[in-house]
Amino acid sequence: MDMSIQADLNVILPEIILAIFAMLALLGGVYTRKDGAAPLLVWMTGLLMVGLAAWIATSGEGTRIAFHGMFIDDGFARFAKVAILLSAAIVLVMSQDYMQRRGLLRFEFPILVTLATVGMMMMVSAGDLMALYMGLELQSLSLYVIAALRRDSVKSTEAGLKYFVLGALSSGMLLYGASLVYGYAGTTLFSGIIQTALQGEVSVGLLFGLIFLISGLAFKVSAVPFHMWTPDVYEGSPTPVTAYFATAPKLAAMGLFARMLFDAFGGAVGDWQQVIALLSLFSMFLGAVGAIGQWEFKRLMAYSSITHMGFALMGLAAGNAFGVQAMLIYMAIYVAMNVGTFAFILMMERDGVPITDIRALNMYARHEPAKALAMLVLLFSLAGVPPFLGFFGKLYVLRAAYEGGLVWLAVAGVIASVIAAFYYLRIVYYMYFGEEGEAMDTNSSPVLWGALMASAAVMLLGIVNMFGVEGAAAAAAATLVN
Amino acid sequence: MDNLLSIVTFLPTLAALILAVFLRGHDEAANRNARWVALFATTATFLVSLFILFGFDPSNTGFQFVEQADWLLGLQYKMGVDGISILFVMLTTFIMPLTILASWTVTVRVKEYMIAFLVLETLLIGVFTALDLVLFYLFFEGGLIPMFLIIGIWGGKNRIYASFKFFLYTFLGSVLMLVALVAMFADAGTTDIETLMAHQFGSETFSVLGMQVIGGMQTLLFLAFFASFAVKLPMWPVHTWLPDAHVEAPAAGSVVLAAILLKLGGYGFLRFSLPMFPVGSDVLAPLMLWLGAIAIVYTSLVALVQEDMKKLIAYTSVAHMGFVTIGIFAANQQGVDGAIFQMISHGFISAALFLVVGVLYDRMHTREIDAYGGLAIRMPAFALIFMLFTMANLGLPGTSGFIGEFLTMFGAFQANTWVAFVAATGVILSASYALWLYRRLVFGDLIKESLKTIADLSGREKAIFAPLAVMTLLLGIYPSLVTDIIGPTTTALIANYDTALNAAETATQHASN
Repeated sequence: MDMSIQADLNVILPEIILAIFAMLALLGGVYTRKDGAAPLLVWMTGLLMVGLAAWIATSGEGTRIAFHGMFIDDGFARFAKVAILLSAAIVLVMSQDYMQRRGLLRFEFPILVTLATVGMMMMVSAGDLMALYMGLELQSLSLYVIAALRRDSVKSTEAGLKYFVLGALSSGMLLYGASLVYGYAGTTLFSGIIQTALQGEVSVGLLFGLIFLISGLAFKVSAVPFHMWTPDVYEGSPTPVTAYFATAPKLAAMGLFARMLFDAFGGAVGDWQQVIALLSLFSMFLGAVGAIGQWEFKRLMAYSSITHMGFALMGLAAGNAFGVQAMLIYMAIYVAMNVGTFAFILMMERDGVPITDIRALNMYARHEPAKALAMLVLLFSLAGVPPFLGFFGKLYVLRAAYEGGLVWLAVAGVIASVIAAFYYLRIVYYMYFGEEGEAMDTNSSPVLWGALMASAAVMLLGIVNMFGVEGAAAAAAATLVN
Repeated sequence: MDNLLSIVTFLPTLAALILAVFLRGHDEAANRNARWVALFATTATFLVSLFILFGFDPSNTGFQFVEQADWLLGLQYKMGVDGISILFVMLTTFIMPLTILASWTVTVRVKEYMIAFLVLETLLIGVFTALDLVLFYLFFEGGLIPMFLIIGIWGGKNRIYASFKFFLYTFLGSVLMLVALVAMFADAGTTDIETLMAHQFGSETFSVLGMQVIGGMQTLLFLAFFASFAVKLPMWPVHTWLPDAHVEAPAAGSVVLAAILLKLGGYGFLRFSLPMFPVGSDVLAPLMLWLGAIAIVYTSLVALVQEDMKKLIAYTSVAHMGFVTIGIFAANQQGVDGAIFQMISHGFISAALFLVVGVLYDRMHTREIDAYGGLAIRMPAFALIFMLFTMANLGLPGTSGFIGEFLTMFGAFQANTWVAFVAATGVILSASYALWLYRRLVFGDLIKESLKTIADLSGREKAIFAPLAVMTLLLGIYPSLVTDIIGPTTTALIANYDTALNAAETATQHASN
């Protein structure tokens, strides 16, 4: 018995380390009662996350199961965890300068981000509905708090509250679905549910449960029609928090989505394929159309992320290993693009006051040619215009959709991408063709500048071999879909 | 020199990188350096590309100078040229130094301007040399970005509208091709163009949403590619982006647009539609022929009533591309040879005509036809050059324009007499708009006060027009310069096309028996 617990703990060692680190930091913070050490804590957290990512990436192959199947450490989980840890670390470090200058950098911030990250790592490793819910709630509760981090701002508190109320509602739906599934399958373990689903046809009760589970998760990935919170929360939260929302949690939620659909309902692809395909279709179009009227950069990015989630869901809807691979690649590229884009948004300031109106970018290209060029690359990549990496993400999911027999979805997707191209082009228009306006501040933190340039460089150079992500994603998808 | 094609393709981008990284400042010296670097790079590219032309063996109908390396997703980085593509590569490398020379008067953000043109050259050459479908798509679509910026930054008054229309119109056309590309990838398991040419895509009739699709998958694939190429070429009725883009683009941008970008559509039809979807092409050929004929007559009539000379020439481009369409879908040796010839010849002639407009615009800053008149008195050299290209544009024998029009109509006559008849009326119309434009600009009395001091062509401008004039006359007098190179490849193309059609027909008969 002792030996088995020892083995179980070994499997979740990265999560334990991160959780203990968060608690120690909390203790330290409470006893010293100083926010002065927060910048140091931010960098330490970032370093620890990168270290853990490196450890997980090199920790070997094979699947390990802990706690009687509640926790699964396989290639898929490792791929997702590495991506989550890296993006969380980069976004955290990017936020330090911005938050500090505005007095927002309290020591709770890196700790909450760390705890949310632990939750995300649990999510992608969940092998049981209980573990799924635990990870999801750990993540969500931390995120609700940091959305309202700017306590004296009406918009920020509103964002936090809105996120919390709607998030609670979605958790309720998820729990209801989970209880239905438990009732009809007799177990909460994914490995048990899939056995039930494989025996004969799926009962109506199980199907109901599945739909509620999908609805709950669709809320987390902000897929239409569960997207309403996204623009408000993106706009209201402090920009570094928005940057965080747009990257790691999306990845984790998509990972969890794939985990649940394939591990628990892999035998009933036909039952959920159409649902996911419709979520994908609505998300792509609503995101594309919704952003057309937006001048607020963060709101625009919210709609942009809805469109991108639609494309990622297209990969899932294919219902095969290639589709999961395409989804993972799409998400990795999406996160890399968003890191750069939000680094750019964080640098948009005039006299030290942050600006998020895209009209303020008038003739930005004349004052800051290098940054404007990097942003140009990112925007065309977001629009999926070749030769940038964003195009390859689209190519993968389109191929997956075609092979999954969803030609109509692929055609709809490319048409949505043309509509979406319009609002990315409009930003290019302000930066390059617009009228001369009041100039913005040109000094920027080296971290943000570096993140923007690195992200643009990845979009350009990644087309050579995608830095090996393709093979890793294929291996990860193979472990999930048998 | 195993990677000659890659060198030619990426040499301009290398120069663009050097400009981007090393050139600092916005003073006159920096601008001068940017111009010279760009001119030097494009000329060097042209000289290197001559090695390809001289090393090319026309009797070999396969791909030559092939380079190959593995890439993502089982794709390949594969380059090569054959009898169809080599002349387009040469056309591109030939035109680009002239456009740089024609941009000498640009004074706003010169460095960025030159970088955009150099990157554009890479992407354009890449379209013609790529032998992998996805690689082709990369270059094909990538070209939109620099062109969008060129129109949007250095364009005229209404440039924003024109640049967005240009981008979104062509982007919408191309994304359907992307879906077709994915379908082909899934069906054939490869994106290698050589293998795809030999691959038989399904041609059994099936029904989609209750509609019978004759020619099956091939017809659908054809339509998807058609959506992209028809917008690029452009064909009536999806040509409306072109006049806007042309009018607003700077002179050099118009030259590239007319001389090279429009050729991507025709090249696409020859590279993909005919060889890969013969049944689909055959099913839709009558429609294509009539669309071409309508384009010729309709846009010629529209050209007649234009007030803006750039818009007039833009419409004549659409009419000339109508000849290309009917030549290609006549699907016989004369038609296809004629279509390629027409595209090459139009490359020189339309480039020259847009430069003619550029010369006038540089001096008077208006493109209104009514603002001019009697230019022959002050500008004799200009009048002579303009006369030559006007005659070439209306297809006077002795100029390259004649050969292209004649061959395509000859081809069309064998395929569909009525289409050839309608197209022939376009020849008369082209004579009327071209000569009328010339009369209004050049002849008559010089009564406009503002024109009394207008200067004739400068040495730089003569240097731009001279190579174009030489090529127009040379190809007009000695057309086998072109037909010898393309002949064997087009013969093989037509032979394969007919074989595939016969095979499909036999298969259908077997199935019905």
